[in-house]
Amino acid sequence: MLKRDNAFDINLEDYKVDAKDHAYVEKLSQIESTDAKQLLDVGVDIDENARTGTFIQKDKSVIHCKTRQDGVEVMSISQAQEKHEWLSDYMWKNISPDTDKFTFQAREIPHEGYFIRALPGVKTKHPVQSCLYIAKEGFSQNVHNIAIAEEDSELHIITGCATAPHMVTGLHVGISEFYVKKGAKLVFTMIHDWGEKVNVRPRTVAQVEEGGVIISNYISLRPVGSLQMFPTTHLNGKGAVARFQSILVASRGSFLDVGSRIVLNAPGTRAEIISRGIASGGSIIARGDLVGKVAGIKAHLECKGLILNDGLMQAIPELTAHVPGVEMSHEAAVGKIDQHEIEYLMARGLDEDGAISTIVRGFLNVDIEGLPASLKKKLDRAVSETQKDMM
Amino acid sequence: MLQIEELKVVVGGKTILNNVNMEIPKGETHILFGPNGSGKTSLMMTIMGFSGYNVTRGKIIFKGEDITDMPINERALLGIGVSFQRPPTISGLKTREIVEICDVDRSTNVEELAKQLNFTDLLYRDVNHNFSGGEIKRSELLQLMAQQPDLVLLDEPESGVDLESIVLIGDAINSLLNRGVRCPQERPHKEIISGRTKSALVITHTGHILDYITADRGQVLYNGILCCSRNAREILKWIREYGYEECVRCSNEIMPLI
Ligand SMILES: Nc1ncnc2c1ncn2[C@@H]1O[C@H](COP(=O)(O)OP(=O)(O)O)[C@@H](O)[C@H]1O
Ligand SMILES: [Mg+2]
Repeated sequence: MLKRDNAFDINLEDYKVDAKDHAYVEKLSQIESTDAKQLLDVGVDIDENARTGTFIQKDKSVIHCKTRQDGVEVMSISQAQEKHEWLSDYMWKNISPDTDKFTFQAREIPHEGYFIRALPGVKTKHPVQSCLYIAKEGFSQNVHNIAIAEEDSELHIITGCATAPHMVTGLHVGISEFYVKKGAKLVFTMIHDWGEKVNVRPRTVAQVEEGGVIISNYISLRPVGSLQMFPTTHLNGKGAVARFQSILVASRGSFLDVGSRIVLNAPGTRAEIISRGIASGGSIIARGDLVGKVAGIKAHLECKGLILNDGLMQAIPELTAHVPGVEMSHEAAVGKIDQHEIEYLMARGLDEDGAISTIVRGFLNVDIEGLPASLKKKLDRAVSETQKDMM
Repeated sequence: MLQIEELKVVVGGKTILNNVNMEIPKGETHILFGPNGSGKTSLMMTIMGFSGYNVTRGKIIFKGEDITDMPINERALLGIGVSFQRPPTISGLKTREIVEICDVDRSTNVEELAKQLNFTDLLYRDVNHNFSGGEIKRSELLQLMAQQPDLVLLDEPESGVDLESIVLIGDAINSLLNRGVRCPQERPHKEIISGRTKSALVITHTGHILDYITADRGQVLYNGILCCSRNAREILKWIREYGYEECVRCSNEIMPLI
């Protein structure tokens, strides 16, 4: 089990920075079946019935990309750079390449990434789906993503990340910059299913203008080598809102250091961070950092963790107020399942194992806004399966 | 149906129940009176088999079987059901789901039952999360109606409930025990109650619930000692008149004999 202080370092030289090109496919149905199954597991809808657009990248190649709604742009970041000269005003504006060696590598050896944008006033009928996929053994996939919800638009994105079934090691570095303009709404749901020895280093910053709303859901139930991320959101305009939820399971060998920071820079802004973690043999560090810069803001952080069998579960909630007149609170609870809850369910006829798995399922069953019904069902199934593995 | 013999229960090193003997025959409802702290809830938890209630002497027999060491869930499946006074919240578990868990043979129409209990709006809330006193009772009764136990243990069914709800709760208990007089009478009432097999132990310290349900017998628990067993209304009259003072005397008389 990994402790917080010896979170292992990653040697970039251990990873390959080049991979062969994969051919573009015109139809999602032409994707190789082994890949397709992995994509399905992270929420990609191959039939695309309920999707406004699709972006799929395998290793360094964009293998499929399209939009099905006017006013919604979906393309690779390199295409977007060609098409929109102004994109340079949006890239690397929030994250410096010098932040760490991962951001540096993403700058030096970039491998595409997506560009998704809703034009002013446009509301996506269904989510845009994206998938970043690693198939090459030992590959370091370095992507740069940009999502822009222009004024008064509404953009839903579901992004899944996965690896090919045979893959053992790999590294994923993802730089993401999100912009939510005045009165716009961005709902971003990310589902991860990396391999057992894959290391993942997302670096994400979001900027939200007046009256804008950002909702972010992050779900990682499957084993992963190590995952470290701490996305930062700046609520810059009056009345902007951020809601972040994460559902994490760390099985044996997995190390998850996950949290979010929300900086409330304008009056009337609201932020909420909710996280649920289960350490079942692995380690979770669940962070949350709320920073109140002006009066009249409201922010709440809720972090609940369970240890099943063994594991490390550390909750680190932080609240910082720079002025009086802020309303900030947090609630953190870490522990094992309450015996009263188990016995309550046993009094209704469940045996002890049945009671525990029912409680675990409930614990992970956070209502996730903006999740299509089919994906919700899939997620419920994934929770059930994960929960079976844990017992 | 239920027989308790010379039961001694220790909680956290302290004797909570002392030499309790009790019998609830098939089809009978008994009321368990007693002031706060006398051990009523502990007796119920012991009958159900909850951890922390250590039986150091005596035994509990249900349907002829010694259940003293049986796991909780096996007791439930054998036909014992409990309505808790302060049940825990289970986050993420909808009340509807726990009702379905209770309904082992899948014979319950949950929607219909919920309507009867004026509970429809709460079915999709996390069980017990921010429930009011009355909502907890209705949730517990809904679960019991789905479970259909042969022995029903109810802990203070009237506490924390407003007057309107208490009528509803009384009706629900009566229908759970096949004692209802309200239901549409297509069959002769005599016939409905002749097949009555459900037994119950209803815990109350105020006795108010007796205005809404009928009982065959009353017992008084005082300081861990069962000191009185007679007609429930008679006991209630005494308690309303004199409180539990009279019980002090009786239990003091019994104490040296244990
Ligand atoms: N878990 C416990 N640990 C220690 N003492 C307890 C516990 N539960 C109950 N008791 C004690 O046992 C006695 C009986 O409590 P209880 O059964 O709740 O009584 P009643 O339901 O009649 O009010 C009380 O003195 C109470 O403080
Ligand atoms: Mg009590």
